Amino acid sequence: MPKGYQRPSTLVERPWHFCPGCNHGIVHRLVAEVIDEMGLQKETVGVGSVGCGVFSYEYFNFDGIGPSHGRAPAVATGVKRVLPDRLVFTYQGDGDLAAIGTTEMVHCAVRGELISIIFINNTLYGMTGGQMAPTTMMGQVTTTTPRGRGQAQGHPFRVCEMLATAEGAAYVARTAVYSPAQVVRTKKAIRRAFETQMAGLGFSLVEVLSACPTNWGMNPLEALKFVEEEMTPVFPLGELKVPEGVK
Amino acid sequence: MSEPILMKGNEAVAEAAIAAGCRYFFGYPITPQSEVLEHLARRLPEEGGAYIQAESEVSAINMVFGAACAGARVMTASSSPGISLMQEGISYIASAQLPAVLVNIMRGSPGLGGIHPSQADYFQSVKGGGHGDYKLVVLAPSSVQELIDHTVLAFEIAEKYRTPVMVFGDAMMGQMMEPVFLPEAEPAPIDRSWATTGMKNREKPNIIHTLYLPADDLENHCQRLFAKYREIQRQEQLHTAYLTDDADILVVAYGIMSRVARAAVEMAREDGIKAGLFRPITLWPFPDQALFQAASHAQAVITAEISMGQMIEDVRLAIKDKVPVELFNRIGLVPNPDEIYEAIKKKAQEVKVSA
Amino acid sequence: MFEVHFLEQHCKGCGMCVAFCPRKIIEMAEHTNDQGYNPAMVTDVSRCTGCAICAMMCPHVIIEVVEGGAA
Repeated sequence: MPKGYQRPSTLVERPWHFCPGCNHGIVHRLVAEVIDEMGLQKETVGVGSVGCGVFSYEYFNFDGIGPSHGRAPAVATGVKRVLPDRLVFTYQGDGDLAAIGTTEMVHCAVRGELISIIFINNTLYGMTGGQMAPTTMMGQVTTTTPRGRGQAQGHPFRVCEMLATAEGAAYVARTAVYSPAQVVRTKKAIRRAFETQMAGLGFSLVEVLSACPTNWGMNPLEALKFVEEEMTPVFPLGELKVPEGVK
Repeated sequence: MSEPILMKGNEAVAEAAIAAGCRYFFGYPITPQSEVLEHLARRLPEEGGAYIQAESEVSAINMVFGAACAGARVMTASSSPGISLMQEGISYIASAQLPAVLVNIMRGSPGLGGIHPSQADYFQSVKGGGHGDYKLVVLAPSSVQELIDHTVLAFEIAEKYRTPVMVFGDAMMGQMMEPVFLPEAEPAPIDRSWATTGMKNREKPNIIHTLYLPADDLENHCQRLFAKYREIQRQEQLHTAYLTDDADILVVAYGIMSRVARAAVEMAREDGIKAGLFRPITLWPFPDQALFQAASHAQAVITAEISMGQMIEDVRLAIKDKVPVELFNRIGLVPNPDEIYEAIKKKAQEVKVSA
Repeated sequence: MFEVHFLEQHCKGCGMCVAFCPRKIIEMAEHTNDQGYNPAMVTDVSRCTGCAICAMMCPHVIIEVVEGGAA
């Protein structure tokens, strides 16, 4: 195993706006590392989102677009149809992707659009202060489920399981970053998603279970433990769909 | 010039877009616009372009946003309820300073309304529609040939100023057939060094976004947008004036209504009533000084609209309420010339200028 | 021999590197950086194996681990 570590060159060196211990930074870094390793920095167009991922274009050192809330998959579709040989991906949270952007996400997968979605599931709306998201778990307290999410607020939305049913979706995986081993798996999943796209095999999505210490009211280590112990039973980790070409 | 061909308005819009070099179209079916979509679904792949039938107008306008970011000449078309769904995207396209052409084949509203011709989206497109401080250039053709010419012009203006431009049709213009000439040359390509195409041949990334969190940044952004809009107001106003110099009764109408109004004005002239027609072609920027001038002799102004009266507000502002401005309107149909002629005659008697 | 470089001013003091370092040679400093956080620092760099797990888990991407020249 190679020793040492250097920052990927496609990450801009600037202070993050993310809260201490937020997992967004790890996922940003993994995306940048994969793009570096695939040699695609100059071939990439990243599409951000609205929420905590809103500044992604300020951290990545490649062309970037800030779309409206939830519409990133449609914007990425427009980019990809014009520039079919580029790597086009979106970076979206659970409010952006799984609530307001559900339609755009589903139909992107149904069309088998050759884009990749990096989806951060931290069970709530981070940027706006911790409101319930479609991914909020039963009983989980948020600022808009003060007594815990109950039947009246519905059930947690499992995006991967739903999208895996779409024939156009070629690579679908759920990972986490609560431990070094999981970080390695997440990186591999992001690489497979991008390889799926560049090989023209279909739509790809990686859902990353991610800690939000601030809005969960936990310290960063407690938050990682929460991901491992509370989230993974509801959102099981694994690759739901892997195309032949990238195995 | 080649031979004229007989074309339906909606197909003419589609062919005009191709002739203008547009190779990307994203849309959603809606009566009375669907032929634009159907025609381009067949034609764009033949031309090496891409067409997507989106899952909604919301997605369609955001695909337009993405394609414009990628540097493409891109268009969408819809009809009133669909254009409502696109308003969010239009605000973002305007703020991100992206060139894009939007076509609204207007139908009766509000709500689901009807599928008849309408001009009731004037407020929506001319005054805003989406959130925030932006302007949408709005062109109002009155024939199938003008639908073609204005579609090409829309691409030229959109790219010259990096701004969205809307072409107003209506259910009648979209569905009717007229002999037309297609343009022979597409607009020259513009500098697109700002586009997010991947950093090939560039050291610095291109970023397209609409977020300006510091108040100063947002103020500067809005000031830059409005400096551009003032330039558009100076350079791009279009109108026609017909028999306005000595007109006692001035009719103001745009789009399909201006053709009916012109016939009514001619009927009035035959009767000895000095009527004239002022037709704004750009609804924004509204040709207010030209209208003020055209109304200099008028004793009364009639605006003729297929709405409950929307452009009338801009007409009143333009002539500074010097003379009374009244509305002639119908909903759900294009009136006959006699109906407008009767309105002119009645007004002429009221202000005592009848022959 | 490895050197562990921290972009100290970007550190938010979350302590992930401290928790995951297999050698337990990272601590939070007593002083604060300009953001007001106690930044992470290595106490005994001679015991660093260069595994870079600290960098792998750092959410703020402030750690680089490089092989030192003289050893």
